[in-house]
Amino acid sequence: MIAIRDLHVTFPHRRHTVEAVRGIDLDIEPGECVAIVGESGSGKSVTARTLVGLAGPGAVVRSAKFEVDGRDARAFGPEEWRRVRGGFAGLVLQDALVSLDPLRTVGAEIGEVLRVHGHRGDRDLRVRDLLATVHVPEPERRARQHPHQLSGGLRQRALIASAIAAGPPLLIADEPTTALDVTVQAQILALLGERRAAGETLLLISHDLAVVARLADRVLVMRDGRIVESGGTASLLSAPSHPYTQELVRAVPSAATRGRRLSEAGVVAAPEPSGDVVLEARGLTKRYGRHTVVDDVDVRVGRGEIVGLVGESGSGKTTVAQLLFGLVAPTAGTVTFEGEAWTGQPERRRRARRRHLQLISQDPLSSFDPRWTVRKIVAEALPRGGAVEPLLERVGLGAELLDRNPRQLSGGQRQRVAIARALAPRPSLIICDEPVSALDVSVQAQVLDLLADIRATDGTAMLFISHDLGVVHHLADRVLVMHDGAVVESGPVDDVFHHPRHDYTRELLAAVPTLEGEIR
Amino acid sequence: MIVLRRIGTGLVVLWVAATAAYLALLAAPGSTVDSIIGDGADTPLIRSQIVQEWHLDRPAVVQYVDYLWRAAHGDLGRSYLLQRPVRDVLGAQLWPTLKLALVAAVLGIALALVLAVTTRRPWSRRVSSTAELVLVSTPPFLIGLVLLSVFSFQLGLFPVSGDRGAAALVLPAVTLALPIAGVLTQVLRDGIDRALDEPFVITARARGLRERAVLARHALRHALLPAVSLLGWLGGTLLGGVVIIETVFGRPGLGQVTLQAVTSEDMPVVLAVVVFSAFAYVVLNTAADLACLVIDPRLRRS
Repeated sequence: MIAIRDLHVTFPHRRHTVEAVRGIDLDIEPGECVAIVGESGSGKSVTARTLVGLAGPGAVVRSAKFEVDGRDARAFGPEEWRRVRGGFAGLVLQDALVSLDPLRTVGAEIGEVLRVHGHRGDRDLRVRDLLATVHVPEPERRARQHPHQLSGGLRQRALIASAIAAGPPLLIADEPTTALDVTVQAQILALLGERRAAGETLLLISHDLAVVARLADRVLVMRDGRIVESGGTASLLSAPSHPYTQELVRAVPSAATRGRRLSEAGVVAAPEPSGDVVLEARGLTKRYGRHTVVDDVDVRVGRGEIVGLVGESGSGKTTVAQLLFGLVAPTAGTVTFEGEAWTGQPERRRRARRRHLQLISQDPLSSFDPRWTVRKIVAEALPRGGAVEPLLERVGLGAELLDRNPRQLSGGQRQRVAIARALAPRPSLIICDEPVSALDVSVQAQVLDLLADIRATDGTAMLFISHDLGVVHHLADRVLVMHDGAVVESGPVDDVFHHPRHDYTRELLAAVPTLEGEIR
Repeated sequence: MIVLRRIGTGLVVLWVAATAAYLALLAAPGSTVDSIIGDGADTPLIRSQIVQEWHLDRPAVVQYVDYLWRAAHGDLGRSYLLQRPVRDVLGAQLWPTLKLALVAAVLGIALALVLAVTTRRPWSRRVSSTAELVLVSTPPFLIGLVLLSVFSFQLGLFPVSGDRGAAALVLPAVTLALPIAGVLTQVLRDGIDRALDEPFVITARARGLRERAVLARHALRHALLPAVSLLGWLGGTLLGGVVIIETVFGRPGLGQVTLQAVTSEDMPVVLAVVVFSAFAYVVLNTAADLACLVIDPRLRRS
C-alpha cells in the first residue's frame, strides 16, 4: 500500500534548513500493523504526516520512491492528495479535545468527511452508524454534542470515527492514546486492535513501547530522522540489537526495574526506613460546594521514604498535593509536618518552615520566571551566600547553563533545574506532581535515577504523584491508590501491585500495557 | 437567564451614564437660565418667567428625580435652544447618522473579512498589513480630507457635501470604514493564524478538505470570536467618528446636533445624546456577548 525509499523531509529554519527525516525506507502491506517508535524530535510524526502530503508549511520532501496505493505520489497535485486524505488514509491525532474542532458538533465533524468524499445517501444516518461502530453509546445524542461535552474516551472514539468515515484502507494513528487515562487508553487500544483483527491496515506512531507492543506486527525505531532498527515486534523488543533500542527498552520503568538504574547499568541503594514520620495527614477532606474532591484521605510519609500516589485524572491527586503543601485549606482533617501542626496555622508562622517542604511540578517552565537566568532561579532558593554551581553539578548540569533562560533549556534540563531549586533549602520532603510525565522515556530514566540518588544520599522523603503505574512501581516504597477522591488501597508497592485487593486497583493494573506483559 | 442578567446590567449602565452626565452638567459653570436666554433679551421679568416655566425653583434632587422619571417614560425634555422637544430634535437627525454608521460598519466588516481571508500569501499579506497599520494610525478626518480632495475636487466623482442621494454617502462611509477595516483585519488575521496552528486544522486537512474550506468552515469561526468582542469598540468608534466626519463632509446628523448643543450648553440635548450613546453601547455589547455564546458552545456551560 505504501512503498517509500530514501525519504528526506527538510524544513527551512531562518538561514539554514532542519532535516526532520533523513533517508528512511517504509513499506506497509495490506492488513498489517506497523509501528514507528521514537522520542520527541525523532521525525516519527513528520513521517506519518508526509504520507498524506501534510508534512507542514515550507517542508521539502525528497525521495527515491514514494508510492501510495500503487501510484507515484511524487507527481501528485493538490487534488490527488485531497483524495488520498480521508479517502485512502485516515489520520487520528493525540487529544480529540483539540484535534476535533471545538466549535462544531461531533456529528458535523464526521459528516464533513462524508461530504468531502461524496457520500451518497443519508449522511446523519451514516454518522450514527459510524459512532456505533466505534462503540459510542447513544450515537444520536452524541452526534449533536460538542467535543468538550464528551469524556476523553468518547472524544477519541469520535475522532477515530471521523478518520474511518470515508472507509480508507489505511488508518494512521499518531500517539492516539497519549493524553488519555490508562483505563480509557485500554479501551481505545482495544478498539484499534478490533480494527486490526478485522484485517484493516494500521500505522501506529508512539513513544510508548508497551502500547506499540500490544498492537504492532512490525516496529521501526526512529532516532534523529533515521530508522535505527526494525523488525518483528516481539523479537525486536525482547532482544534489541541496536544500542539505542537497548537503551530505550532498558529505560522503561516497571516492577522489574526496581532497585536498578534506568539510564545506565548499576543499582541504587535504598535506605532502611527509620520509622520517623516527616508528614502525616489524617482525615483530609476538601469540598467545593456539594462536590467532594478529596474524601477522608490519610497520608503518612516517613523520613527518607518515597510514597507513590496514583490515580486517574479527576481522582483528586493534585488537590491532595495542594492540601499537603498548604496552598488550599482542607474542609476537614489535619496535617502534621515534622512533628508540628501544619494545617490551621497562620501563613506567617508557616513561612519559615516552608523551606523544608518543596514542590516539583510537571511543567517547570511555567513555575520559572521566564526572564530569570538559571543562576538566579536556583540562587533565590539558596540560603544567603550559597553556591549555585555545586547544586547544578549534583543534578547533572554544567556551569555553562548558568546564564541561560528557562526557554533555552530542553525539557529534561528544565526539570533538573527545578530539582536543583527544590534541593537548595535542604528539604525533608519534596512533593513531586507528575514530574516526569512530559519527558521522553530516556530523559525520564535520567530524572528518575536522579531522584533515587537524592533519596539515597540525602534521605529526602518524597510524595510521588503520578498516573504512570510503572514509574511508581519502579521508584516508590509504598503506594496509595486514589479513586473519586478517596484512597481505595494502600500499602507496600509490591503488595498492592502484585496482589491488589480493591476492584479499582485490579482494573487499573489490567488496563496498563507493560512491556514484559505484552511480549511474553 | 443569561439574557435577563445582561439586560439588567445594561439598565444599570444606562442609569449611571444618565446620572453622571446630569452631575457633570450641574457642575458646569453658568446657570441654566443663562443657557435658556442665550442671545435673547435679558430682563428680571423674563428671568422669573423662565424659572417658572421650566420649574427651576425646585431643589436639585427633585429636578434630577423628575428628569429620570420622565426619561424612563421616553420624555427627554425640551431643548433650551430650539424650544422643541428633544425627541423631535434628535429624531430628525438620527436617521442620517444611523444610515452613515450602518453603511460604514457593513463596509468595514466586509472589507476586513475579504482582506483577512484573501491575503494569506506572504507577499499580499505584507502589503495588506502595512496598509492596515497606516489606516489605523491616520486620524479619520485626514483620511476624509484626502478622499475629498482626490475624488470630489479633482475627479469630481462624488458630491463635496450634503446628504442628497447615495453618492453623497460613499466618501463619508469609506472614511469611517477604512480604520475599522484596518483594526478588524489585523484581529481576524491573527485569529486565523492562531486557529491554523491548532491540531484540529491538521485533522480537517487530513479529511481531504480544500484549503478554502479549512479557512471558511474552521479557522474563520475561531477568528470571529475576538473580532466579535470588538463590537462595542466598533460602536464607540463609529459614534465618535461620526461627529467629526459629519462636520468634515457638511452632513446633517447627531454629530452636528451634539456639537451645537455642547457649545451652547443646551443641557437636555447633551443629556439625551449621552444617554443615547450609552444605550447604543449597551445594546452592542450585549449583542456581542450573545454572539460569542452562539459562536462558542464552550461558553454556554455556566
